[in-house]
Amino acid sequence: MIALITSILAITLRAGTSLIYATIGEIYTERSGILNLGLEGMMLMGAVSAFATVYYTGSLGLALIVSMLTGIVLSSLHAFLSITMRANQVVSGLSITLFGTGLASFLGQRLGPASNGHYLIGLIGEKFTPFAIPGLSKIPVIGAVFSQDILTYIVYLIIPVAWFYMYKTKNGLNLRAVGESPQTADAMGINVYRTRYIYTIVGGTLVALGGAHLSLSYAPGWTDNITGGRGWIVIALVIFSMWNPSRAIWGALLFGGINAIQFRLQATGTTISAPFLNMLPYIVTIVVLVLMTWFETLNKKVGAPAALAVPYMRGEK
Amino acid sequence: MRFVFEKRNTVSKKAFVLVPLVAFLVSLFLTGILLVVFKANPFVTYGSMFVGAFGSWVNFTETLVKAIPLMLTGIGVGLAFRLKFWNIGAEGQLVFGGVTATWVALFWTPFLPVWMVLPIALLFGSIAGALWAAIPGVLKVSLKVDETLVSLMLNYVAILIAQGLYYGAWIDPKGMGFPGTMMFPKSAWLPRFSGRAHVGLFVAVLLGFIMWFVLNRTKWGFEVKMVGQNPKAAKVMGVKIGKTVLSAILISGAFSGLAGAFEVTAISHRLQQGLAMGYGYTAIIVAWMAQLNPIASIFVAVLMAGLLVGGDQVQMMMGLPSAMGIVLQGMILFPMLAGSLFTDYKLKIISKESPEASV
Amino acid sequence: MENVQKESVPILEMLGITIRFPGVLANDNVDLELFPGEVLALLGENGAGKSTLMNVLAGLYRADSGRILIKGKEVEINSPKDAMALGIGMVHQNFKLVETMTVAENVILGLDSEDFILDLKKVGNRIREISDHYNLKVDPGAMIWQMSVGEQQRVEILKLIYRGAEVLILDEPTAVLTPQEAKDLNRIVKQMTSEGKSAIFITHKMDEVMEFSDWVRVLQKGRLVSVVKTKDTSPKDLSRMMVGREVLFRIEKEPSVPGEVVLKVENVVAMNDKGLKALKGISFSIRKGEILGIAGVAGNGQRELTEVITGLHKVVSGKIIIENTDMTNKSPLEIIKSGVSHIPSDRVAMGIVGDMSVANNLAMKEYRKEPLTKYGILHPKRIFTMAKKMITAFMIATPSPLTNVKFLSGGNIQKTILAREIGACSSLLVAAYPARGLDVGATESVRNEMIAERDNGRAVLLVSEDLDELMSVSDRIAVMNGGHIMGIVDADKSDIAGLGMMMAGVPLEELK
Repeated sequence: MIALITSILAITLRAGTSLIYATIGEIYTERSGILNLGLEGMMLMGAVSAFATVYYTGSLGLALIVSMLTGIVLSSLHAFLSITMRANQVVSGLSITLFGTGLASFLGQRLGPASNGHYLIGLIGEKFTPFAIPGLSKIPVIGAVFSQDILTYIVYLIIPVAWFYMYKTKNGLNLRAVGESPQTADAMGINVYRTRYIYTIVGGTLVALGGAHLSLSYAPGWTDNITGGRGWIVIALVIFSMWNPSRAIWGALLFGGINAIQFRLQATGTTISAPFLNMLPYIVTIVVLVLMTWFETLNKKVGAPAALAVPYMRGEK
Repeated sequence: MRFVFEKRNTVSKKAFVLVPLVAFLVSLFLTGILLVVFKANPFVTYGSMFVGAFGSWVNFTETLVKAIPLMLTGIGVGLAFRLKFWNIGAEGQLVFGGVTATWVALFWTPFLPVWMVLPIALLFGSIAGALWAAIPGVLKVSLKVDETLVSLMLNYVAILIAQGLYYGAWIDPKGMGFPGTMMFPKSAWLPRFSGRAHVGLFVAVLLGFIMWFVLNRTKWGFEVKMVGQNPKAAKVMGVKIGKTVLSAILISGAFSGLAGAFEVTAISHRLQQGLAMGYGYTAIIVAWMAQLNPIASIFVAVLMAGLLVGGDQVQMMMGLPSAMGIVLQGMILFPMLAGSLFTDYKLKIISKESPEASV
Repeated sequence: MENVQKESVPILEMLGITIRFPGVLANDNVDLELFPGEVLALLGENGAGKSTLMNVLAGLYRADSGRILIKGKEVEINSPKDAMALGIGMVHQNFKLVETMTVAENVILGLDSEDFILDLKKVGNRIREISDHYNLKVDPGAMIWQMSVGEQQRVEILKLIYRGAEVLILDEPTAVLTPQEAKDLNRIVKQMTSEGKSAIFITHKMDEVMEFSDWVRVLQKGRLVSVVKTKDTSPKDLSRMMVGREVLFRIEKEPSVPGEVVLKVENVVAMNDKGLKALKGISFSIRKGEILGIAGVAGNGQRELTEVITGLHKVVSGKIIIENTDMTNKSPLEIIKSGVSHIPSDRVAMGIVGDMSVANNLAMKEYRKEPLTKYGILHPKRIFTMAKKMITAFMIATPSPLTNVKFLSGGNIQKTILAREIGACSSLLVAAYPARGLDVGATESVRNEMIAERDNGRAVLLVSEDLDELMSVSDRIAVMNGGHIMGIVDADKSDIAGLGMMMAGVPLEELK
């Protein structure tokens, strides 16, 4: 029994890692007042670019860097459209997703070696492997926390750092002000445009890393739609964590847990048919979203940054 | 010297037409760069895409086949977008409409007069699409739940329901395990007029014009505009916001549901893999490029369908991935969005005068 | 006048400031001079360019030409940061505070000099020091959204002192205050100037100019029209300089002839958006041919009052009776159908649909009925003809009835709303701040329309923060404070002092 729980916890953390990267990234972006619905496309691009890099160079480090660059490029595009051009952020984000999905699929059919018909699908490359931390990994159940790969260990660090930076530092204060009231931030000498650019791009970088984790660790390799809607689930997780990085862990564990249970059930052979089992994360997302919204209206407290998705222009109200 | 955006005093009509056009050209140019990177000649590629989509009547009918669902979903999505209801669930609404039409075609035929099978299948397909859209609609109107996420999640759910059915309960017993239902009885086949192009085309075009009339010439359309552009003011003016939004969402979903019903009754004649082709997502591009105008959506849908058919064509002819067409489509929205600024603002260049110059 | 303060160098000079906005010259070659320890009043009508000029100082706008000198040295102010570094701080009309943050967090917002890791304890101590010194009564740990408007204003001032401001710009600071709170503000400013700081005061109220300032500069349509010492002038002279002609302070109107009761509000209780009680048992009635004014500092329940009457807001208990029919918690549409019209407080957000044409905006009440609609089908031509008539009748300046209404000026937007609402009104007109932000001409026509409606036998509920307006336009005045009505008095028997006491929370009975 303990072994079962330990293994479910281990898979949960592994499945949750990419969600946490992306959730924290999107929390930072949204805290600056920019809504980026392009996550699905950005995660896919992060995944495909990371896998292609690792396939040709064998370097996992380089793969992470390339995927981060992909995230930077796509989120800069979103930043440019929604901050400089004041475009509708919902539509701009959707465009990033549509474009990213199309391009990732295009690259997946084109970047591969000629021997594989230029396809990346079905190839095997280097991947991150779990390593146990001596001593800690021997603790029953909790040991699962300490037998992960490096990307998960980094996540353990990112959560507290992201929380501290947002609530305890000058830059975090300025960031929150820009998302709550850009007029105020502007009058107080904070560069609203620059702040929004920075955190949209920082957020996009983390989101792409979340995608890279999928193709380099969780499900090594490339398949079309490797994300399976994770980019969208993350947007719900941001609401679930009420824009607080320290709470990102709970949503990620919930959805990682669902993945782990699916895994177990399918492995043990169950009478529940696969498609219905696969619906679970999407239905849970809807239920979580409804409950969170209901909870927030009950408490008359909305955690969303007040200026989320509202373009800013000095002199206009 | 510095640049500032200055608010225009009137909305620029020229920009309204020019922006989508320029956006398309920019998209061609940017995708061209991508093609060059992958050692393909963009001119040849675009040429064969064009020939593939519009070069002959046979090819054009294939373009029309894809244009029909794009018109319907594009018009539907556009209506929801007018109300700032970000319905990105057209894909799921289409699939659920297709599933329901299949249900009618497979199980009701024995109990219905022959002439009624098809109308009932199409009607139930539309209703199913409307109901699928009603889920995010009701949640949004009653609890203010974010409709983007709910409608998107329901796409996955609808697709998995369809899969569950054609892999499971509804699988053709004589299909030797091939995932798909039995072929529909002939009475549930929507007539085709040329190649695979079917009469759904005329329905879609007609509905586009009707939608234009309803939006611009009816009390309901007037209220849709008010609520879409300023819900607070609409409420002050006595418009029932929830009712207006919900009715528009139901119609939006019905359009997509009808598209799904057309797909199964006219094209595949059964429920199988390939109903969820991504039309519901391309619909977003159609609606936005047509600037939510239903008549413009008809033409944009043909263009987008051309890109899809052309993309398939270059895959066969030049070995380029068919996703090429989707990349082209995805690229269009960026210049489109950047350009929309120019309908409301104009660019002003200011050179800083020296203090002495002004007295 | 240059030689009055001969020895010292002016702390601030602005020379030949010119700013162009699309279609208007907001500031035309304006000069300004300020010495340490002085309070300068910047007087002018709405749209005279006062705020624009000050926004240049605060670094929010850039002048197209002109020079700024601080302590005799030419400077360039490109951002609010530059302004702050030069010791210039501005309290804007809309406070620049983040509501979901504490006082301390707001005070240090955007400051480069703070440590990377925030030390809010240290900041809090410094805030308490300043607060005690000026008797501001500000708690560094309090959340902004829980504070009253007066408190928030003191936070704004404290924030500027914390940042070392030498020149304090206050944009219409008393508009949101009770007369008593305004007096307290004057005390704070006087204490600061006695310590060598200086202040600029944007206002259009004559009595404040006389009480607060040492110097007055009057702007008219973007141009500086006069510079006078406060003690050498009078409110009458100032108002002539401001408008360019004599202003009528009293509007001509016949005594009202009240008929039967149109609106009866009985013991109404309602919550605000935060779930707190905003109306705590309000009762009054208005008769035909009568204007009831509602006075009070904004945020004391006026908005909720207009919204419960028009059906936009739910009543928790109590009754609203319109023309003998119980209309409590009826939908806005049902209330509209009973002949109630509403001029909402926020005219752009609630009164118009900016992206629709003037004609369509004019039709937004009548579009439901014949002849504009038949069997659900609209008749755009009839809408157009009707709109043309209304545009002429109300003298709405628009290039065409088909122009989108968002392109009109504030005054013409208000006229559009007025035309529509008056056209549709048959029993009660609820008008919230109908003349706010309008120039003198538009204000006059709005006020006259109110009186004309009254004389047409309608009941009018007029909410305003302008006591002069209330005293000249309305027949009776009810004063609101904290969700209660402090008292209802006849307008011609009221005086500012008494109304002011009631606005500050003293019930009418205790006044006598």
